[in-house]
Amino acid sequence: MSAKKTEATTEAPPEDLTREQLLGMYRRMRLIRAFEDKAKERFEAGEIAGFLHLSQGQEAVPVGVCWALGPRDYITSTHRGHGDVIAKGCEVKRMFAELYGRATGYCKGKGGSMHIADFSQGIIGATGIVSGSLPTSVGIGMGIKQRGGDEVVVCFFGDGATAEGGFHEALNLASLWQVPVVFVCQNNLYGLSQPWEKTAYKCDLVARVGTYHIPGECVDGMDVIAVHRAARKAVERARRGGGPGFIEAKTYRFLGHYVGDPALYMPAEEREAWRKRDAIVKLRGQLLAWGYLTEAEDEAMGAEVAAEIEAGVEYAKASPLAAPETALDELYVHFDYLGNPR
Amino acid sequence: MAVREITYREALKEAMREEMLRDETIFLIGEDIADPHGGSYKVTAGLSTEFGLDRVIQTPISEQGFIGTAVGAALMGRRPVAEILYIDFCTMAMDQIVNQAAKIRYMSGGQAKVPLVIRTQGGMGRSSAAQHAQSLEAWFVHTPGLLVAMPSTPYDAKGLLKTAIRLDDPVIFIEHKLLYNTKGPVPEEEYTIPFGVADVKREGRDCTVVATSRTVLMALEAAEALEREGISVEVVDPRTLFPLDVETIVGSVKKTSRLVVVHEAVERCGFGAEVVAQVAEKAYGYVDAPIVRVCAPSVPAPFARQMEDYVMVDAKKIADRVRQLVRGEI
Repeated sequence: MSAKKTEATTEAPPEDLTREQLLGMYRRMRLIRAFEDKAKERFEAGEIAGFLHLSQGQEAVPVGVCWALGPRDYITSTHRGHGDVIAKGCEVKRMFAELYGRATGYCKGKGGSMHIADFSQGIIGATGIVSGSLPTSVGIGMGIKQRGGDEVVVCFFGDGATAEGGFHEALNLASLWQVPVVFVCQNNLYGLSQPWEKTAYKCDLVARVGTYHIPGECVDGMDVIAVHRAARKAVERARRGGGPGFIEAKTYRFLGHYVGDPALYMPAEEREAWRKRDAIVKLRGQLLAWGYLTEAEDEAMGAEVAAEIEAGVEYAKASPLAAPETALDELYVHFDYLGNPR
Repeated sequence: MAVREITYREALKEAMREEMLRDETIFLIGEDIADPHGGSYKVTAGLSTEFGLDRVIQTPISEQGFIGTAVGAALMGRRPVAEILYIDFCTMAMDQIVNQAAKIRYMSGGQAKVPLVIRTQGGMGRSSAAQHAQSLEAWFVHTPGLLVAMPSTPYDAKGLLKTAIRLDDPVIFIEHKLLYNTKGPVPEEEYTIPFGVADVKREGRDCTVVATSRTVLMALEAAEALEREGISVEVVDPRTLFPLDVETIVGSVKKTSRLVVVHEAVERCGFGAEVVAQVAEKAYGYVDAPIVRVCAPSVPAPFARQMEDYVMVDAKKIADRVRQLVRGEI
């Protein structure tokens, strides 16, 4: 992140978050931004195959939400999920390894950008099917409930998913069965090239979800503290057995749907206005104003993040390619891909 | 072994009941499966009364939602047995079946497993018309990541369902709407049937008939009629379509040198095409006659009984084709 100019804040530092927590969030947001900037650069250089759906601009949402989760909690994610999984704890080096098709990648090169998962950290794979993870999240919640656990699952999805049938079925069942799922809509105002207001008639998502008797809150997705507070409330309620919750985080996709999408459908003035509201810049300004961060510390953190990213790319490039024949592995537990018993 | 005659329906219920008693992580989920309704085909009748509504979970009409729920619960180490009332309604849940359940293990690099059974039923014969009488097994056999079972007898139904519930891979378990009342011997003692092992339902010399689900019974009826004409038919029931016991099928064809493949699904790109291809690859030179399929023509299931009879496989159609084949008339 190169932007240096910050707006002065008149707010007092929050009483419910420590300096360490806020610095941690800030660093994690920067790590996501740096990861995606680097992934874009390497993709454009032809080193990474497939699709990249980037989430620049949305970092405050997964970071604010995941800061309300513990290591045993779960998340599900989407095709635009790099930020979500980093926020929950994925290491960038193994993510780069996945993007580079290496054996050391989280999915051994079988998942790629859209399916990064780390079950050991409760990171249930991202899915490339819009709304596909919503019904599955209800089942994760049901599984938690059945085994008497107090974990919570956060289901991240975009505004595009709200027009899919899976969204409505999942909300209905989550409410009916009172499962511990927090649905988090990252409303970045575009589904593919379709602006939000052209996909749902006068839609107030909190009101819409409210008809399923799921309590919801609409927050500024460019304010990590606001997102975190809403998430903390919903997660704590779900953990206590209070049933599902919903958060609509109003945010913005700074770039197109995928790397290479010129995004001509996004008006220049709209993009400019949202870029001025960059959540990372906003938090940086707050941290400086509150005396939680000095310019020198900020620069040191930037260098540290950049080094982590560089090391991640180096790790990926130095890792062995996933062997071609491993394409035939790990389909079934009990049989090989031809159906012969293991 | 003590063997009694019970129905296909009772055999399926026994399989679920025994497994639920054995493993408390197993639960049933689906529409109308709880008492007093007990399932639209009464397969789960009594189970919610015995195990409670936490283990027999009745759902709204919401296939995508509850199959997704079953997938998520399976990821959490639970062992759901979901029921989709008619296989036709799998269309409502195809994303969860094909993109999620079948793929999660693979695309996560083996981090996850999905021990999920989806019980459903298909087939013609009850004037159920085009949206309640399909045989869609080929869709699922065509999807890497899914196992597919199609039992034809009460014995197979029980043994295969118990195995399906114990496997850690997603299984599409396809019953037949006209088999639920059929009776057959089922031991009282515990047994399971491994996936990927075909059953030679009748031995013969002149022609192999590979048949699935209810058409196995039709093939056996045809074989009996042909026996009286001096034609000896071997009937092979793969029991699981994936994994498929190619070895038994090929071995049978090598013995009889003739092959007829039978199923209720439409012929075009049906499961029979796979059987024919396997035999063409592995028993080339052993086959002395054209390989023939007896399947439905590629039309939707019609409503009127006379039209349904016209398109549906039956024992006579199978016998006619086998007779022609053996007599060298094809």
